[in-house]
Amino acid sequence: MATRVVMEALSPTMEEGRIVTWLKAEGAAVQVGDVLAEVETDKAVMELQARGDGVLRKVLAPAGATVEVGKLVAVIAAASEDISGLVAAAGAAAPPRTTHPPAAEAAALPRPTAPPPAAPPHATPIPAAEAAWAAGAQSARVATATAGPAASAARVKASPLAKRLARERGIDLRIVTGSGPGGRVIRRDVDAAPVAAAATAAPAAHAAAFEDVPLTQIRKTIARRLVESLGPVPHFFLTTEADMERAWEAREALNALGEEPKISFNDLIVKVVAVALARHRECNAWWQGESIRYFTDVHIGMAVAVDQGLITPVIRNADRKTLREIAAESRNLVERARARRLKPEEYTGGTFSVSNLGMFGIDEFTALINPPEAGIIACGAISQQPVIRDGAVAVRRRMRLTMSCDHRVIDGATGARLLQTVRQLLENPLAMVW
Amino acid sequence: MSAVKDAAPPVGARAKLDASRRALYHDLLRQMLHVRYFEEKAGEAYAQGKIGGFCHLYIGQEAVAVGSLAALRPDDYVFAGYREHAHALVRGTTSRAVMAELFGKATGCSKGKGGSMHLFDAARNFLGGHAIVGSHIPLAAGAAFASKYRGTDQVSVCYFGEAAANIGAFHETLNMAALWRLPGIFICENNRYGMGTALERASVVYDISQRSCSYHMAAETVDGMDVLAMYEATRRAVERARAERLPTLLEARTYRYMGHSMADPIHGHYRTKEELEEQKQRDPIAGLRARLEEDGLLDDAQYAELEKGVHAEVEDAVAFAEQSPEPDPAELYTDVYKA
Amino acid sequence: MPVLTYRDALNHALREEMERDPDVFLMGEEVGVYQGAYKVSRGLLQQFGDRRVIDTPIAELGFAGIGVGAAMVGLRPVIEFMTWNFALLAIDEVVNSAAKMLYMSGGQIPIPIVFRGPGGAALQLGAQHSQAFESWLANVPGLKVVAPATPYDAKGLLKSAIRDDNPVIFLEGEMLYNNKGEIPEGEYTVPLGLADVKRAGTDVTIVCHSKTVATAEKAARQLAGEHGLEAEVVDLRTIRPLDTETLLASVRKTNRCVIVEEGWPFCGVGAQVVDEIQRHAFDDLDAPVERVTGADVPMPYNKLLERAAKPSVDAVIGAARRAAYVD
Repeated sequence: MATRVVMEALSPTMEEGRIVTWLKAEGAAVQVGDVLAEVETDKAVMELQARGDGVLRKVLAPAGATVEVGKLVAVIAAASEDISGLVAAAGAAAPPRTTHPPAAEAAALPRPTAPPPAAPPHATPIPAAEAAWAAGAQSARVATATAGPAASAARVKASPLAKRLARERGIDLRIVTGSGPGGRVIRRDVDAAPVAAAATAAPAAHAAAFEDVPLTQIRKTIARRLVESLGPVPHFFLTTEADMERAWEAREALNALGEEPKISFNDLIVKVVAVALARHRECNAWWQGESIRYFTDVHIGMAVAVDQGLITPVIRNADRKTLREIAAESRNLVERARARRLKPEEYTGGTFSVSNLGMFGIDEFTALINPPEAGIIACGAISQQPVIRDGAVAVRRRMRLTMSCDHRVIDGATGARLLQTVRQLLENPLAMVW
Repeated sequence: MSAVKDAAPPVGARAKLDASRRALYHDLLRQMLHVRYFEEKAGEAYAQGKIGGFCHLYIGQEAVAVGSLAALRPDDYVFAGYREHAHALVRGTTSRAVMAELFGKATGCSKGKGGSMHLFDAARNFLGGHAIVGSHIPLAAGAAFASKYRGTDQVSVCYFGEAAANIGAFHETLNMAALWRLPGIFICENNRYGMGTALERASVVYDISQRSCSYHMAAETVDGMDVLAMYEATRRAVERARAERLPTLLEARTYRYMGHSMADPIHGHYRTKEELEEQKQRDPIAGLRARLEEDGLLDDAQYAELEKGVHAEVEDAVAFAEQSPEPDPAELYTDVYKA
Repeated sequence: MPVLTYRDALNHALREEMERDPDVFLMGEEVGVYQGAYKVSRGLLQQFGDRRVIDTPIAELGFAGIGVGAAMVGLRPVIEFMTWNFALLAIDEVVNSAAKMLYMSGGQIPIPIVFRGPGGAALQLGAQHSQAFESWLANVPGLKVVAPATPYDAKGLLKSAIRDDNPVIFLEGEMLYNNKGEIPEGEYTVPLGLADVKRAGTDVTIVCHSKTVATAEKAARQLAGEHGLEAEVVDLRTIRPLDTETLLASVRKTNRCVIVEEGWPFCGVGAQVVDEIQRHAFDDLDAPVERVTGADVPMPYNKLLERAAKPSVDAVIGAARRAAYVD
């Protein structure tokens, strides 16, 4: 008899799981207990085991697919058994959702998926598209809120008992003088008041013309993180443009040596920023509320987009590592970040961050600081631009860099000096060596 | 090299099993098969979202509950921790009542209010189902105290993991049980890991049975993967409790095949797959089956018959649990106070 | 009527219930040979023997749990904590085992047990020995919480607590043990869950329990004699279940309320009483409900500081005058 392989609830709170990888291929013989696939739950990556013997006849949810708990993901059966009914029934149900690359997804889905890595590295980011989505969703629910009951100016302070007695006796509390604290009308005041003619009817309260929509978890997280960065951190921004011709040549030349791994511009930027920070320790610092911690070592956080959002693995002592070492370490960290296998010490403890959206063709952008760090440098795409050089128009490769600074730590000129060094090093990479 | 000191025992000359006890052996085997299949189906139901919360499976440890409970009388008292499906089943609570409780149904042995960690069956003196590590050890001593107080010869048995041997309640209770000569049997199911912390990372004393020395209490270390050894050791402890009113600390060296709970990985940071595979060589069910076959007390057909029986019972229990009603909403406010 | 101390009233209750029901036993530190740290169990060992009056090691968690286990199989233990300060070590068995067992077992296993001992501050015992746990324990569904003020109530309530099929927290007052009061001859009980109007009045209700009943009564006498206010003193006697009926009837009559308790103010018993009043007697209130509590600090040792940290007669008078808009 065929065994239905379903997405299993591998944690108490799990509602759906993502197939990380299939460890058995269609057609493979399997036994009870064999690990069929790795599944990512909300808690960890867990194993999905076979609960029947036979052949893995059909895989219905490919690697990368996110499937609700209880939904069919594969069928185990004897080689000759007819499973078409089972497969057809599964096909009729909702298909599994494949997780898209983060950039493509942010605009489409109301989920905390990854945006371009411009936001503070460990925060749940607020991509423009998602913010717009949220705003749209909210505005649909915002009705015309009108003013509340207008009588607030005429409100009479009275104890609940005094109000009840006045109501029962037909006394208009507005004409009773209160003897309690702050003029509160209390029982003895009502007892002493003359019974008036029918009290003026209070204006009927309007029905509420608005709706309060409770915050969802994701909206709460976004709100909190955004406030934590932009709210308390007084940001200012510095932008410069670097000529990248020589950096380009240097990278080409180094990669032409044929050694692995290849060096990317990102690696070069990490290295350059690190070296510059080693020369400008006043920017290599944490804001700590009561003190500023200036670091001797330079640990560069590097924003990486992953399926669930953003993470900032840290390249430690980047100023003292070779480009080749940075390249190797960076690839390793990025791969493991995407597999959610980073250890906490690998994504904490940075002293400064870089974010690079060049690969998305972004010319320039501002990044949010990752507190308690005091700065982050955002790099745009390298593109060929006409520039005036020695009195003539020349076509040069250029890159724009924007540094976000926490003004409590970094003053304008301080930040400018760091950014100037970064630009000089990019324009003349040999200066790092000599 | 594995960190586990309890490797499979060397194969050598051993006494032949007593053919006149064939029925007992078959029953022990059937009960172990029953527990294992029940737990496998429970794991499956959990994976399908039909069981919620924490769910701690007993697979691998069957010989401990089955062997020890076989040595008790129906009027003895039994207390267990949160990995207690087996103890309830072996004690006689029906598969239907236990499975329905896991499903949270009104027909469960705790009316759906207890769940996997709080199974109770007062009629069978199965007194829980306790989910704060160590908290039920004094409770079991309390039932033993009651036997002494009333002058009966009922014993009280308490099951707990080796990690509980580090908690104050364990020590306070063992001291008072020995001081007052309470007929308690404290069975430490040493499966080597308190969740993910290995015994030697949590306790400076490796042999839990040695903890008894502080309390001048009789103790024994038993191969917890050998159901017959568990049965015999428990019989000795029961005799000591009934005849002499003396408590015993029994340490059963066993092993859990599954993760700490269904939500935890089976192996990973804290133990290796190799260690797990090595321990599975000590499997209690395969071990008893092999011995019985070797001594001519069991054949394949009989084994298949036993399996068939427990499969039918457990599958019936799953169907029963599925079809059973949810608790009435009014049940929320009942059983808070006894009128 | 015979006059007995609070201590002897409790002693009589224990003796009578142990004579009445062979399943009742007393267990705790120093309850036997020593005759009780506060002599509540004086003579019981001699009368009932060491099978039923059991001295324990200093192991609150262990013997509280042993008591709960004995109750699970039908005995009716009375577990004495030398003071409630030490009971914190046993809180797991009180909360996780005793209070929840009936519910977790789907109604199969009641826990007829009494946990008793002195609570609250005595004199200059310092921070760890001077605290009132009523509100902690009354927070837990499954527990009943009793705190008698007089010898009469102490005896009658303890007898009811022992006969109750639920876990009952019985908070005595170390400073109350020597207080004397009239006790009727012969058998009587006071039911759990009933407040008692200790003094009738028309102008303000003073809600209190345990030691603060005496404070409230003294304040009421002064209010009548010197301030022209007739206060009604309502002794809760049982904190859980709370007798809201008696409480609300009084507030509906006086339209004002002051709540006095020895414990800390935050989430205190008074906070719960205020909640009941504002929801059920809102339209009867002529003034905000006042609270007089222990100071929101660990108890200091110094005599003057300690006095300042306890609810005083003057504080109750001040609160009552505010509530009645006298000031």
